[in-house]
Amino acid sequence: MEIKLTLNGKPVSASVDADTLLIDFVRDHGCYSVKRGCETANCGLCTVLMDGTPVLSCSMLAARAAGHHIQTLEGLQEEAADFVGFIADQGAEQCGFCNPGFVMNTVALLRENPDPTDDEIRAYLAGNLCRCSGYEGQLRGIRAYLDSRKGEA
Amino acid sequence: MGKVLSINQYVRAQSLDEAYTLCQKKNNVVLGGMLWLKMQRRTVGTAIDLCDLGLDQIEETETDYRIGAMVSLRALETHEGLAALTDGAMAEAVRHIVGVQFRNGATLGGSLWGRFGFSDVLTLFLALGARVRLHHAGEMALADFAALPRTTRDILVGVIVPKAAERVVYLSQRNISTDFPVLTVALAARDGGYTCVVGARPMPAAVFADEQGVLAQGITEDSARAFAEDIASRAVFGSNTRAGADYRREICKVLVRRAALALAKEG
Amino acid sequence: MVERNYRVVNQPVRKKDAMQLLLGKPAYVDDVTPKDCLVVKVLRSPHAHALIEDINTDIACKVSGIVAVYTWKDVPNKRFTMAGQTFPEPSPYDRLILDRRVRFVGDAVAIVAGETEKAVDKALKLIKVQYEVLEPVMDFHTAKDNPILVHPEENWRSLCPVGADNKRNLCASETSGHGDVDAVLADCEEVVEHTYRVPAVNQAMMETFRTYTEIDHYGRLHVVSSTQIVFHVRRILANALDIPKSKIHVEKPRIGGGFGAKQTVVAEVYPAFVTWKTGRAAKMIYTREESQIAASPRHEMEVTVRVGASRDGTIRAIDVYTLSNTGAFGEHGPTTVGLSGHKSIPLYTGNLEAHRFAYDVVYTNHQSSGAYRGYGATQGIFAVECAVTELADRLGIDPVAIREQNMVREGQIMPAYYSEPANACALDRCMARCKELFGWDEKYPVRDMGNGKVRTAGVAMAMQGSGISGVDVGSATIKLSDEGFYNLTIGAADMGTGCDTILAQMAAECLDCPVDDIAVFGADSDASPYDSGSYASSTTYVTGKAVEKACEQLKENICTVAAGMLDCDVAEVEFAGKAVRRLDGSDEVSLFDIATKSMCGSGTAVQATASHTSPISPPPFMVGMVEIELDRETGQVDVLDYVAVVDCGTPVNPNLARVQTEGGIVQGIGMALFENIQYTDRGALVENSLMQYKIPTRLDMGRLRVEFESSYEPTGPFGAKSIGEIVINTPAPAIAHAVWHATGVWHRELPITPEKVLWGIKKGQA
Repeated sequence: MEIKLTLNGKPVSASVDADTLLIDFVRDHGCYSVKRGCETANCGLCTVLMDGTPVLSCSMLAARAAGHHIQTLEGLQEEAADFVGFIADQGAEQCGFCNPGFVMNTVALLRENPDPTDDEIRAYLAGNLCRCSGYEGQLRGIRAYLDSRKGEA
Repeated sequence: MGKVLSINQYVRAQSLDEAYTLCQKKNNVVLGGMLWLKMQRRTVGTAIDLCDLGLDQIEETETDYRIGAMVSLRALETHEGLAALTDGAMAEAVRHIVGVQFRNGATLGGSLWGRFGFSDVLTLFLALGARVRLHHAGEMALADFAALPRTTRDILVGVIVPKAAERVVYLSQRNISTDFPVLTVALAARDGGYTCVVGARPMPAAVFADEQGVLAQGITEDSARAFAEDIASRAVFGSNTRAGADYRREICKVLVRRAALALAKEG
Repeated sequence: MVERNYRVVNQPVRKKDAMQLLLGKPAYVDDVTPKDCLVVKVLRSPHAHALIEDINTDIACKVSGIVAVYTWKDVPNKRFTMAGQTFPEPSPYDRLILDRRVRFVGDAVAIVAGETEKAVDKALKLIKVQYEVLEPVMDFHTAKDNPILVHPEENWRSLCPVGADNKRNLCASETSGHGDVDAVLADCEEVVEHTYRVPAVNQAMMETFRTYTEIDHYGRLHVVSSTQIVFHVRRILANALDIPKSKIHVEKPRIGGGFGAKQTVVAEVYPAFVTWKTGRAAKMIYTREESQIAASPRHEMEVTVRVGASRDGTIRAIDVYTLSNTGAFGEHGPTTVGLSGHKSIPLYTGNLEAHRFAYDVVYTNHQSSGAYRGYGATQGIFAVECAVTELADRLGIDPVAIREQNMVREGQIMPAYYSEPANACALDRCMARCKELFGWDEKYPVRDMGNGKVRTAGVAMAMQGSGISGVDVGSATIKLSDEGFYNLTIGAADMGTGCDTILAQMAAECLDCPVDDIAVFGADSDASPYDSGSYASSTTYVTGKAVEKACEQLKENICTVAAGMLDCDVAEVEFAGKAVRRLDGSDEVSLFDIATKSMCGSGTAVQATASHTSPISPPPFMVGMVEIELDRETGQVDVLDYVAVVDCGTPVNPNLARVQTEGGIVQGIGMALFENIQYTDRGALVENSLMQYKIPTRLDMGRLRVEFESSYEPTGPFGAKSIGEIVINTPAPAIAHAVWHATGVWHRELPITPEKVLWGIKKGQA
């Protein structure tokens, strides 16, 4: 079937199967940041934004995304670059495989709640698994970013 | 190893009638959030998507909330009116479900249609005395819907939550934060009595009234304990890989008692 | 302690690949290899033990898009091991690519290669297999000398004298010790004896196993794999395919986590075989389910400890017996088990008069175990640490005090650690600092928080090694390049841990330049100098020293070129970072100009390669303390606070060392409380997905605090020891300790689930 959607701001038309998953669709369109870490919607690695809302692209049909705006980390480089340096300063990226999903969901968090508490950060990102970092360094990085923003204000 | 779910055709239904007609075929299936469906090893003929039918709205009337089947669990979690109605129990019931992204995808309709044993959502909505609207069969109590045979081929259109609950408490026990629950308990004071729902037994949620009137004289440490003992003795429990039946019975006593005491505190 | 000031080493330098990874740039196998290749999948056995009577692939082969279907009839009948170890491997040669006998639920039955995933999925369903189902060996207690043999085949072989005997289901067996342990224990006033069990928990790195293979323009097999061990992959594939090693080229891009899992050649053989047979490029991406059920988890071990002390708390003897379950194949079976005694008993070298350590490693019909962070030490330390705490309780001694009284001290020889010395040991300072930082005296007493909840604390110590003594080889090549930057080429594998950056820091320290002037490349079996690979906590310590050596050699070469340019003897110049100058200060030549000169009319290579190996494996040490809140009515345990103080020698990059520690602790918490391993009646793993196998989320680990108490290891680069593995070892014993203190019940089997805790309390009350 033919679908049309907006991928990172650009209109895309493509032919897909009824059961093509959004994760495979976006990777086929060069968005390699989107990773598959499980088959059971548990890891958060495949997080993309659909009309600004973070969703799991492994559990979304490409067909259902038709007509919507899909964003991957490829399309949010500037917004992400704003804060990921603070995570790099902690060494918390580690193997990096979970980073895109985690960064995407952090983008969503900060849009929804620009000044979250540590507990709010933990709760919002609970669906983003990471096996390397123990999470604490990611939190320190986000906290350092938020503090730096307060400094600027 | 092979891929799990395959779908031959995808249709965005343009009317409930169209969706209803399509879903009469055994091999066809209505899409909810697709989160649970995706994990099934099956071949679907036609996947019927309701996403164009405007079922993602929460409306408030004088007497109830009318929630579309395609409303996400995350929308339930963050809805102020539902939070006020349920004393925060709505958010408490769903916040453990995997993660924000999962809850953005998972729908109320999908959660209830599956009548999953592990369902936090079913547990809470039963306690709230919710009614469901089916396209063909019409409106019925959620408890009656839950008892329908799984072969029922209808479209779940929406859920009606009456503004009946005076106070609600939701508690669950999990082996780890965002796992399936080992037990869920929702306790509501409504319609002049108490409704206690116990889910993840691991069988689907079951509704219990205070038949003995244990709490009739008010909730105290003693009456809460007696009430919890009563519920735990009436509920049937089973075992799965997360916990045994005896453990569930044991913590049922604890959660129901704690829920009752919390309910009393709220009042 | 020696205070040394470094310019780059011991600094929290950003990881070189950090921003690329955080911004989601393509970096991993499936991002950087062509999509246009054969999809390879494996048909897996539904039986724990069976013989393939008949296998019919005719219909499967006819599926449109299917290129090949292979069965046991198509593969070489030469056994090999998938364990990434130095040759001759201690792990037995007990594998074929496909075998007629299948040995666990998930064992490979057939390989299918096709143009699309859909075609391959369809073909998998159409392979008809007739099995003669055999009785499996499921219980590892009954495996040794069981009449049912997991490996009855005649061409099974063991290359090293590890006590293996396939006719007894034995993968390894040994006894070692010092002193008369029975006599000393008989003389002890208190002896604690218990058996502790750790299940076959999974690494669950976020990137599953995956490999891409193609025939390159020289006709060689080019392998791009997510692996910690490019050189071992080359040998193992050559063995498996029965082709010369010269025909194989292995490289790794970024790795999405390993933790030891990728020290075994789990996925590589399948696409490699397809490519070698068909000449076509091929890719295998393991599903999460395959990574759970057919990979290389921790060895299930049951560790029996006898620890004896005099009334004043002097620990005089420790006797450890470990029964290890290697599963269907022997990968890392003979070696992991050794650490369960050799890296637990030496913690109590302090007053130890005698020890004995014996073990058996047995074959069963479960998936093969492998290497997982901690590598047996984790299992042994859980047992010994729990036993010592119980001993302290019986003697009425504080669990911290008994450790202070008996722990290994700097300068001691450790008889249970192959009589290696504790050259650098700050374990005493780790304990003192941890106690202070954590607030042990305030947090240890059981405090009632109301509503059935209590808070209390637990403590544990740990050690590990730094590389494998006399075996591991680390190498580095460093060369001066255009404009005066350097290329550092390594064969060690950065799996997210940051070794590329850490080794560059060392090079920058040696060469007196910024880290940005060091470009790092690795790992590639054709281009890199030989390195055993990144495992056994070896890279910082072993490869780091090779970097240091290579840099010293390079400086000499640079000085030779410079002396020629300055028209003087090499003895008259010195290396000064951005330049080489005459010792008398009269003249100098810039590094920029030396680099230019080296590329024009120069006969001296401004490049050096050095290798390093170490006769000893200096242990890092650490102390962990945990505060928990335990719900006495539901059995739920919440970790509130975890404090760790680590002696890894000099932390080369304190940020990366800290995150290693935090990550290891959270994995340890997962193993202690959540990560369950259960099997169905027919032997299938229940926890076969991240939905069932529950690793900690960020809501499950409380607050972490990490500090370093550094010693200076004289044999390590810049005084460094290792950090990667030790960090997983303290949570299980510390949490078990805290749960015991809260409930009066010892849980000697992991994980300690709420259900077990509650029944423990109820039984205690009865």
